[in-house]
Amino acid sequence: MMKRVAEGRAFDTFDLRYVGLILVLLGIGVLSIHSATHTQAVGAVPYYLKQLVWIGIGAVAFVVLWAWDYHAIARLAYPAYALVLLLLVFVLFEGRMSKGAQRWIALGPFSFQPSEFAKLVLVVVLAHYYSKAPRVGWLQRVIVPGLLVLPGLLLILKQPDLGSGLSFVAVYAAMLLMVGVRSQTVGIVLLFSVMLFPFVWEGIWGALHDYQRQRIMAFVDPNYDPSGKGYHALQSRIAIGSGELMGKGLFGGTQSQLKFLPEGHTDFIFAVYAEEWGFVGVLVLLALFVALIWMSLDIASKAKDQLGALLAVGISSMLCFCIVVNIGMTAGMFPIVGIPLPLVSYGGSAMVMSLASLGLLLNVKRKRLSLFY
Amino acid sequence: MVLGSYSEAEYGDFQRRLLILRAGLLLVVILLGLRLWHLQIKEGAYYRDLSENNRTRKVLMEPARGLIYDRHGVLLANNVPSFSLYVALEEIKDREALIQKLSDLLELDPALIRKKLGGKGGKLVPRKIKDRLTLRDAVLIESHRLDLPGVMIQVESQRNYPGGMTASHVLGYVGEVSAEQLEKPEFSDLHQGSIVGQYGIEKSFDRYVRGKAGYKRVEVDAHGHEKKSVVVEKPHPGNDLYLTIDVRLQKLAEDLLGREAGAIVALDPNNGDVLAMASRPAFDPNVLSRELTPKQWAEIVQDEGRPLNNRASQGQYPPGSTFKVPMAIAALESKTISPSSTVFCNGGYQYGNRTFRDWKAAGHGVVNVHSALVHSCDVYFYTIGQRMGIDLMAEFGKQFGLGQSTGINLPAERSGIMPSTEWKKKVKKEPWLPGETISVAIGQGYVTVTPLQMANLIATVANDGLHYRPRLVWAVMDRSTGNLLELPAVPQGRVNVKPETFRLVKEALADVVKVGTATRAKSSMVTIGGKTGTAQVAALRSGPEESIPKKSRDHAWFVAFAPVESPKIAVAVLVEHMGHGGSAAAPLAKEIIEAYFKLNDEVSLSGSETSPGFSTAPLSQARPDSL
Repeated sequence: MMKRVAEGRAFDTFDLRYVGLILVLLGIGVLSIHSATHTQAVGAVPYYLKQLVWIGIGAVAFVVLWAWDYHAIARLAYPAYALVLLLLVFVLFEGRMSKGAQRWIALGPFSFQPSEFAKLVLVVVLAHYYSKAPRVGWLQRVIVPGLLVLPGLLLILKQPDLGSGLSFVAVYAAMLLMVGVRSQTVGIVLLFSVMLFPFVWEGIWGALHDYQRQRIMAFVDPNYDPSGKGYHALQSRIAIGSGELMGKGLFGGTQSQLKFLPEGHTDFIFAVYAEEWGFVGVLVLLALFVALIWMSLDIASKAKDQLGALLAVGISSMLCFCIVVNIGMTAGMFPIVGIPLPLVSYGGSAMVMSLASLGLLLNVKRKRLSLFY
Repeated sequence: MVLGSYSEAEYGDFQRRLLILRAGLLLVVILLGLRLWHLQIKEGAYYRDLSENNRTRKVLMEPARGLIYDRHGVLLANNVPSFSLYVALEEIKDREALIQKLSDLLELDPALIRKKLGGKGGKLVPRKIKDRLTLRDAVLIESHRLDLPGVMIQVESQRNYPGGMTASHVLGYVGEVSAEQLEKPEFSDLHQGSIVGQYGIEKSFDRYVRGKAGYKRVEVDAHGHEKKSVVVEKPHPGNDLYLTIDVRLQKLAEDLLGREAGAIVALDPNNGDVLAMASRPAFDPNVLSRELTPKQWAEIVQDEGRPLNNRASQGQYPPGSTFKVPMAIAALESKTISPSSTVFCNGGYQYGNRTFRDWKAAGHGVVNVHSALVHSCDVYFYTIGQRMGIDLMAEFGKQFGLGQSTGINLPAERSGIMPSTEWKKKVKKEPWLPGETISVAIGQGYVTVTPLQMANLIATVANDGLHYRPRLVWAVMDRSTGNLLELPAVPQGRVNVKPETFRLVKEALADVVKVGTATRAKSSMVTIGGKTGTAQVAALRSGPEESIPKKSRDHAWFVAFAPVESPKIAVAVLVEHMGHGGSAAAPLAKEIIEAYFKLNDEVSLSGSETSPGFSTAPLSQARPDSL
């Protein structure tokens, strides 16, 4: 009874700001996608319209995961994980190839990427695992969840999808830190090494010869740079740098308009945005993302139980990781691993997954409020 | 599921760890911000340049090379359209694959393509891979364009010489500027693939005819498709040249030489105009202006006839008896002899224990300077040479331009040798031997000359000592203004010889043709003065001419001028290995002289100047539409 009342009043100013933030980011995404693709062949359905459809589907997922009691969701963690693993196996054998990787499952006119959903499911699985019973000792705190992560990770790396694989590891590391490996330093080191990986990587990576990098990257991800010689990375840097302080204006980005920038509407959307809106625009976007993550961590800190807290932390760190790595790779600090920019890049699976995750976050907050009623 | 599984202690831990997470987030975002500041603010201008260059490609527009006409406006060199293949380096995705495809399609050596792609120049300057593509090749490339990113076919103008081998040594040929040339300051405005003159007038007047390249900016997308193009700088066509050569005389001279190796130079003694400059064997500049394979090059360079050698200005030969002309002048002028001084010629000249023979074994009897010239008596000149000594001879030789280049505007002119005691000390590091003077006195021994020098020498004699630098170009047409800029004749001063001496020598030279060694040059049209020469190639000779292998036979010389009274043309003829000048060279000179007066019928014998102009072909008709 009390619960119902609580749910009736769930939407407050925090939520409004939060959803408003999400809508602004989505708007930036749609605009940038339109700018990056408006010169495409006439007749085809414009990408920004398709993206709006994906946002619509994502909104449904958002509402479902927001409304549905997250404890009930958590109880479905293992079956969901089993399903995801099955889909990942399926994708290995029956998946649609695109750009050298087998990541997609075709569903009628659409195709979706199980690895995107695997990320969210992993967060739920780990949160569920840690909160179900007190986990003590190295075995229960580190090894067992590690084994839980491993099959999904391996299947994703096999596709290959280095970006999603790294996200997996990042989520796992963030969770470990939050449940508190007794020796805190281990967790801190682990988390920071993941977060600082792009920067450390630049140092190591920069010291290598071209051919060494090529070999390493060909081993890790054969598709990272199909035309060779860092063409994508360079074009992306040129796009960002040439934006200078004020940018070239909407539709003014020559790098993307003349198609020098590959994948301008998907993984390199940040470069398109940075070229057209300049450093000022970049600071605005970074501020929006920081606000989003900051508020998500607020939700985590005020969660009413450990499950909620871990869900919130897991989702926050997953989104944060994707944002940092995506911007880092477009800015040339990190090898190109193929991670989309959450809420901004074009792509159905990632969009639905991101919005569903954010729905789940607000779900956690909603439960927190209900406690006080 | 209340706080049960979430102990107080753990809750506190959790909050602290969240703080760490937030700190980490801020740190990472600050690092990202710094990186983006670096890209967009610190190096923003650099990346903006890169993006501009990405977007626009600088495409060179080659200038049309200036045209070359003969004295009367007959076209000698123009430009015709041809297809050239370029590759834009920045658009190559897979260099080796591209090289392979191009070499398959065009049957080119992959190593050559690789070399061209690696040529000097900016990254954004497209490299020229091949010119003069056939229509078939051009179509083939265009139809494979989508598989060949960065490959472009451009229509360019190609140098063309309608006359083929005519005047090839004068005109020269063009070719791509070489890597070594590009290092030099005078080629600084050029780039790999630019066409420059590599020989002849094309080379020495290159800065006039070269023109200036323009360029356009072409906006392209990432696939190399042109979006729009803007001409930033129009190419400036090169200026046109008007040569002093009369192509009709030139052709005649070349035909007269025929298959024999040799050279004919005809000058206007009154201004130094080169009316004809023939050298055989010749080459086809159309072939040499094309890209040659190393094998083709080797064939031309190793050809025994040395067709690339301009024998008129680069061939150095002993002057033989033609040298008696300056010797006679020297002896008279230095008062070594008087016009009436005589020498008895018995067919030989004894010096020490050595006998220098006269060409006429029986001897010429009593000769003075006149008869010695007319009959080319060797003993007379042995005698006066011995009296003058080598240094006096050298002094007069030099006054007439021997041992130094004439200064004609052609690349790599040779200067020949006018020996002296000083010269021998410097070059041979030995003292001069008195016996050597005797050989030099009849144009043998160390002395060598070019046919051009001899033509200039006889022109100077004909002109009573006023001598000019031979001139090949009389006017330059400035394409930007349409003005015809005339290049003046260049007087080189007057030799220090009395008119009386010239009168005496010219009389003798007239008699050489009338009654002497060159009667085969006698013309019913015009009075000709001249001197034969037979330059010994091999020191020792025995038996009749026919038994000697051709390469050891003597060179035939004849230098002449006409009309004797008021000279309008001076000619030097040299035919290699054809024996006597009187029989092999003199008739050729006569033909040239007669042709000259026939061609210039209305002006010739009346005595008025024959200045260049467009009497036979008006300027407007002479100029075909150039590219």
